[in-house]
Amino acid sequence: MTMNGSRLRPGDGTLPAFQSLLDQHAADVLRLLVRLVGAVEADDCFQETWLSALRAYPRLRSATNLRGWVLTIARNKANDARRSAGRAPLPIPADLAAAAPSAAGGGSDGVWEQVAALPAKQRAAVRLRFAEDRAYPEIAGRMQTSEASARRNVHEGIKKLRRSRT
Amino acid sequence: MTAVAEAVRRFALRAEQEDLVDVGYDTVDSPIGGLLVAATDGGVVTIHFEGESDAALSEIARRVSPRMLRLPRRVERARRELGEYFEGRRTEFSVPLDRRLIGPFGAKVLGRTEEIPYGHVSAYNLVAREIGHPNAARAVGNALGANPIPVIIPCHRVLRTGGSLGGYGGGLHRKRFLLELERVFPAA
Repeated sequence: MTMNGSRLRPGDGTLPAFQSLLDQHAADVLRLLVRLVGAVEADDCFQETWLSALRAYPRLRSATNLRGWVLTIARNKANDARRSAGRAPLPIPADLAAAAPSAAGGGSDGVWEQVAALPAKQRAAVRLRFAEDRAYPEIAGRMQTSEASARRNVHEGIKKLRRSRT
Repeated sequence: MTAVAEAVRRFALRAEQEDLVDVGYDTVDSPIGGLLVAATDGGVVTIHFEGESDAALSEIARRVSPRMLRLPRRVERARRELGEYFEGRRTEFSVPLDRRLIGPFGAKVLGRTEEIPYGHVSAYNLVAREIGHPNAARAVGNALGANPIPVIIPCHRVLRTGGSLGGYGGGLHRKRFLLELERVFPAA
């Protein structure tokens, strides 16, 4: 192989072509953005979302939840747009269901329906942790709690899910 | 065009302007089926037979870069030259090539192969001798089989010693078609 000294890095072996992400999730991203910021601003946010995603893509360590990753970027862009328009940021738990793998695809065997039935804080924490693949400090930040209580909420949520599934 | 398609189209343009696309690709129609042509900003880096498939895209993502977008403009020149070739109006390609997927031995073999003129053929053992590895006919065959840019780098012009068709990564029917197109009629 003549990769040495080339300008491009080889892929890490697990990430699909970026175009596949775009083909699979562009419609959902646009729909989410229209819902969050309205049709007029959605287009700018859409562009910013996918440009950010493309910039970061080669450094992504895991290909396990690309959908959640892109939808999170979209949410953040929507929040930026709202902030610069002087509007309140979006409430955290309300739209996180969008980041859960769709019921139809991915063989989630109904677990996200059960997540939806958890108490609000546990629900939000579990979704941030597993649908969006967030680290605990970030979950704490997003939920405006301590890291310890973010962990506790995830832990309690998982415990409850386990119990309801056995 | 739907709102999504339009938004995606504009995103692709911006991504290209901002130099974020490592590999642009598109499918080029040909008499031997859809060709998936992928290009970096250095030139055509690979051509896959059987058109656009997840397997082909993943392989390119893994071997070159996952920052891949469908970008018809990036492969426009290759599309034009391939079209002319398949119409019998072009005997040499001048589209730039990115040779990063070709190793040192492959570079020797394919470099020699590129010197075989349109409508002419050589043989594995002949190429082996010409690159100074007279006993490496089999390795030459493997290097030709690993040619990442078939058709443009004309590995189809190398036959088995004795004149039979030999092998071809894209299937022997394609090799035969290309040789018939170039008016070479190998003894089957």
